[in-house]
Amino acid sequence: MSFDGSAHVYGDNVDTDVIIPARYLTSTEPEELAKHAMEDIDPDFVGRVKPGDVIVAGRNFGSGSSREHAPLAIKGAGISCIVAASFARIFYRNAINVGLPIVVCPGAADGAATGDEFRVDLEGGLVENVTKGATLHASPLPPFMKEILDAGGLMPWVARNMAEGNGGSPSVAVPANEPAQADWRLD
Amino acid sequence: MSGMTITEKILARAAGRDSVTPGEFIIADVDLAMANDVTAPVSIARFKELGIENVWDPSKVALVPSHFVPAKDIASAKLGMTMREFARQQGIDGFFELGRGGIEHALLPEQAWALPGMVIIGADSHSCTYGGLGAFSTGVGSTDLAAVLATGKIWLLVPESVKFVYEGKPGPWVVGKDMILSVIGLVGDDGCDYQAMEHTGPALQYLSQDSRFTLTNMAIEAGAKSGIVPPDDVTLTYVRARQEATGRVHDFHVDQSDPDARYAAVHTIDVSALEPQVSFPSLPSKSQPVSSADRTPVDQVFIGSCTNAKIEDLRIAAHILRGRKADPRVRLMVIPATQEIWMQANEEGLLQVFAEAGATVSTPTCGACLGGHMGVLGPGEVCVSTSNRNYRGRMGHRDAQVYLANPAVAAATAVAGRLAHPDEIGVEPPDMGDPLDISGVGVRAPVGAGDGR
Repeated sequence: MSFDGSAHVYGDNVDTDVIIPARYLTSTEPEELAKHAMEDIDPDFVGRVKPGDVIVAGRNFGSGSSREHAPLAIKGAGISCIVAASFARIFYRNAINVGLPIVVCPGAADGAATGDEFRVDLEGGLVENVTKGATLHASPLPPFMKEILDAGGLMPWVARNMAEGNGGSPSVAVPANEPAQADWRLD
Repeated sequence: MSGMTITEKILARAAGRDSVTPGEFIIADVDLAMANDVTAPVSIARFKELGIENVWDPSKVALVPSHFVPAKDIASAKLGMTMREFARQQGIDGFFELGRGGIEHALLPEQAWALPGMVIIGADSHSCTYGGLGAFSTGVGSTDLAAVLATGKIWLLVPESVKFVYEGKPGPWVVGKDMILSVIGLVGDDGCDYQAMEHTGPALQYLSQDSRFTLTNMAIEAGAKSGIVPPDDVTLTYVRARQEATGRVHDFHVDQSDPDARYAAVHTIDVSALEPQVSFPSLPSKSQPVSSADRTPVDQVFIGSCTNAKIEDLRIAAHILRGRKADPRVRLMVIPATQEIWMQANEEGLLQVFAEAGATVSTPTCGACLGGHMGVLGPGEVCVSTSNRNYRGRMGHRDAQVYLANPAVAAATAVAGRLAHPDEIGVEPPDMGDPLDISGVGVRAPVGAGDGR
């Protein structure tokens, strides 16, 4: 999976209240939520964003609320992938669960500007700022996360596990004691 | 092999294992699943996509309308309808209707649904609150919760634990809120990312159960997966009193960390040196002592939310407001967290004190905390709030400013019309009482309970 797109660049601590303010949480439709994505941090975002664009940000992206409306709004706006130095843990799970690819890549936002062309290679763990000619190595997605993403999100993945007779229990897919120390800062 | 933390012990039991180690994936059995009116409708939609008939165990599901109640518009009325219909259809008794419920994080411990030793998964980021009882409890999104509804299980990575050791005795006006704001200032907004915050130390003996919930409530504001207070006599007295009052009696596990358990970090905080704190816009980590903060004029004071609207909080606020008036320039709002707290405050005359001070007192709702409804801020307005987040746009307009503080600072600010230390009001600090005196948590029969009322 790889993505080419124009970047929307933000700093640290982009919280869920600025991604999708609570005043819009009476809707659960991605298309409706998308009309207000990033409204309180970047009122021009909705007018500027094109399908396939990427968000590039600093530390602690998606901090705050558990509202899944946040990744839904971003996905609904056409964003293909989010690259950030780190993600808040609930947002991380939510993004994977709704099938929005995210990449942990410290430094990607440094020196980057909105409008820069980015190429993100999910398998290879590469994040390239094509405009600035800079390439960074990202933490590759753990296989378990990749499996959920490939299935199209958590629900299709649970459905498949249930159909395979695992009672929806992912214990088959997630080996206990998987040595995940290097990548464990995900959940 | 080293010992385990309380968090690791709870997760090991839930995974059917003898032990777990930070960094490994586990599949945990869930004891209690919770969702509110913002998150449940999305969970219900995802659940239905699976094409299965029934939730894994309706007796372990709590659905709590809290954010947009009473319904603020037609769209939010529909969210309530979706929950109500699903609860009825699935035989979920744990649906807490308007007037019989409140804010989930105060409600579920109060109604003895949340218990020590449980694994609790809530579709709300402040679900970490239940850790104040010695449970493992964390917030997830709606899709994760839908998977729990279907399977009763959740995948988790076992978190590292960070230990906070509180020493000394809290000084005047200092409560759990000041301890956690100070800690978030110390570690930063993502300082405990993915980790479990374990609160311990001799100072906890002075801390009421209400204040302990405030400590764990704001784990998420440090990025943590969970917060936990290992159960002691204060916790157990509270839990048993709540079980007795509600008639909802279930066995529970009491876990403690091993002396040789491993921690990613240990922080020691002398609470006797701590002053009431205030977090400046627009990050909870921007905390500092109120005494050193500028005396910013304010437009609104909000005493409410899952963080600070329990009976202790209301008693402290009333202690300052009794016989005093809010400054004419200030709108003062007091929103008790649950129906029972509302009734307890009413019995104690606290609601009258607030009303006479010029406050509006409302039915329980998250409302103003998230800028959802009731008390939404306009451009440039300044609010001192006892809630948990002061992010940009959190309580309304993106150019509004929110300061976080404890109920005493909020009440003093309402009287002064500007950010104020409670000492400036000329009232002696209240006697915080004995944390083992469980009248401090409003023990009484539950709403709607038939016998004895």
